[in-house]
Amino acid sequence: MTTQSKFEARTVTALVEDRPGVLARIAGLCRRRGLNIASLAVGRSEQPGLSRLTFVLEGPPGVVNQCAAQLERLVNVIDATDITNKNHIWRELALVKVGTTAETRVEVLELSRVFRANVVDIGVDSVTLELTGGREKIDSMITLLDRFGIREVMRTGRVAVLRATLFEGEEDGQFQSSRKWVNGLPHEYHVTPGVSGSV
Amino acid sequence: MGKTLTGGDIACEALLNEGVDIVFGLPGGAILPLYGVLSRYPQLRHVLVRHEQGAAHAADGYARASGKVGVAFATSGPGATNLITGLATAMMDSVPIVAITGQVGRAAIGSDAFQETDITGATLPVTKHNYLVTRVEDVGPTIHEAFHIARTGRPGPVLIDIPKDVMQEEGTYDYERDRQINLPGYQIPTTAPEDQIDAAVKLINESERPVFLAGHGVIISRAFDELRELAEKAQIPVVTTLLGISGFPENHPLHVGFPGMHGEAYASLALDDSDLIIGAGSRFDDRIVGNVNEFATRSKKIHIDIDPAEINKSVEVDVAVIGNLKHVLGQLIPKAERKSRPEWIRHVEQLKIDHPSLHIPETGNLSGQHVVRGLSNVTKGNAIICTGVGQHQMWAAQHYKFTQPNSWLCSGGLGTMGYEVPSAIGAQMAMPEALVWSICGDGGFQMTMMELATAVENRLPVKYAILNNNHLGMITQWQELFYMGDTQADAYTANPDFVKLAEAFGMKGMRIEEIDDVEDAIEEANAHPGPVIVDFVIEKVEHVYPMIPAGGSIKDLMEDTRV
Repeated sequence: MTTQSKFEARTVTALVEDRPGVLARIAGLCRRRGLNIASLAVGRSEQPGLSRLTFVLEGPPGVVNQCAAQLERLVNVIDATDITNKNHIWRELALVKVGTTAETRVEVLELSRVFRANVVDIGVDSVTLELTGGREKIDSMITLLDRFGIREVMRTGRVAVLRATLFEGEEDGQFQSSRKWVNGLPHEYHVTPGVSGSV
Repeated sequence: MGKTLTGGDIACEALLNEGVDIVFGLPGGAILPLYGVLSRYPQLRHVLVRHEQGAAHAADGYARASGKVGVAFATSGPGATNLITGLATAMMDSVPIVAITGQVGRAAIGSDAFQETDITGATLPVTKHNYLVTRVEDVGPTIHEAFHIARTGRPGPVLIDIPKDVMQEEGTYDYERDRQINLPGYQIPTTAPEDQIDAAVKLINESERPVFLAGHGVIISRAFDELRELAEKAQIPVVTTLLGISGFPENHPLHVGFPGMHGEAYASLALDDSDLIIGAGSRFDDRIVGNVNEFATRSKKIHIDIDPAEINKSVEVDVAVIGNLKHVLGQLIPKAERKSRPEWIRHVEQLKIDHPSLHIPETGNLSGQHVVRGLSNVTKGNAIICTGVGQHQMWAAQHYKFTQPNSWLCSGGLGTMGYEVPSAIGAQMAMPEALVWSICGDGGFQMTMMELATAVENRLPVKYAILNNNHLGMITQWQELFYMGDTQADAYTANPDFVKLAEAFGMKGMRIEEIDDVEDAIEEANAHPGPVIVDFVIEKVEHVYPMIPAGGSIKDLMEDTRV
């Protein structure tokens, strides 16, 4: 869509109360502000009664940049962080059911080895593969499997965490050009924001 | 220790513990268990409205005038949906309301039962927060939490939906236990971090042409004295937003008026000529900003707001200060340098002379401006003024010289026609000794005029001034200016006789058609002990000027060519 081309994507993580209606409030807020939820992953967090969400939101830059602040206005949202420009790791998981014959099965299994995918189910005429990784890796595998006949693809949304810091005086996910090791050794370390997990 | 009570009793006890003395509402089947126990709580005065929208607006008017939380009751289904306009009005203008709605019994929820509506779903976008209470022991804690959310931080409306059987069931209520608030995700900003204050102070001290854009936050946080002190110390002219009106005395030499679409031209020009705009509890609304790319391009911007989500929402700012405005201004005062800025002050004074935006074109006929000017003169700027939206609102904002803090109640953000009738009732309830004038358009008045019965029933001496031009005046104006004069659906050709209407309601009614009679009529209305309608028959097609069209900039300013 032409309007989508002007959209910007942001990766946002949020800690929210684990109770009915919270996701509806979040989804409603996104809808009101004209944001598309490109992916969403929700699960219970390490803290009882709280869930952690990772979503990828798409929208006009001026609006989508505000999404974390808007989310924090919701009473049930404990914390929301736009981690797009922070140093973070993210993964998706895909379950791909591929049609196989006696002739193609070996080739499918060989591909799965290359992608380090797990075979989680096998039947007379299909194999189901489980793959984790970045979006590009999953896209590539799906593209390569396409000619065997994909029966079903189920992908989770992105899940993300900030990278732990190795340096003193920093918060997790922070980028800095000049850093000091935690053990006190001086160290010059350069990193460009947005390298890992850029959309 | 806790008492065992029905859910309805718990609700009433919790309301009393929150300091509630007046509730605006209208009963229906699902909320009858709550009304059934009201007689046990005579301290809780229930004001029966004629339509639930009136309950929400009256609670809103009560809240704005008193600074307390306004409370509205409604039943399930249509009762609850009728509240929505009032909730949305309060949401846009950050007004604390708690609405309690009855809901069908728990077993019937989701079954399309009689008078069932998913009101928590329907009001998600127009409330600060809402609740569906499904256990009787949650009634007390939920009400206390709702009041906490409604009145703290950026205030707003909160709705509590209570199923009928929850109100009938018995549970325990213990105020000391149930008042404990546990909201880990809810922050209430107070003072701002020192680095933000220092960044703001630096810009203020370096600025040669600073101007305040003082919004509703001044009134909500009661920062009148702090705003005045800082403005005087650093000699910063004060432009108030539409909702910021009455946040700064209009007879003060540093007062500049309100800017934007129908604001005084000199206020818009002062913003445009400034080198620093200090947005204080204002959200840089589109009616002020217009075209974002052309808004005050030569100025830096400081934005002081209690809501971090407002920062950079419409206008990119140089310094953001997150905190309660009263506290933040208190932090800024000692650090801001005492300055005189004579050139800038003279420049702003000259703008007022060169752009006399408040001149009334004299056609010999009575106009809305004459009426407001008359009201302002007779009441000496001391009345509480309520308006809805449209030409009457703009004339009121322009021509009434507010001298009392927090004396201006209008539907700013949502622009709700009809707000003026019930909100005046709520304001009069909150301020029984005050003189409350509701300035109405004939269109908005007819949307909620059934609430006149509420005013009469409760012996409220509210004065209604209808600026009656038999038109949806602002619609006429827009159609004439922007739709090539093709006026459609803008004329009311069969308005009722408002004097007879007043008499039918048991009120005093007057009709005024001449400029010279305006002030006498106002005096007479003020002297009357009960509610009054004055039907001011005004010029049919009169435009509100100055005007900056929607999405325009200061370059598009239209001033009245007749003056």
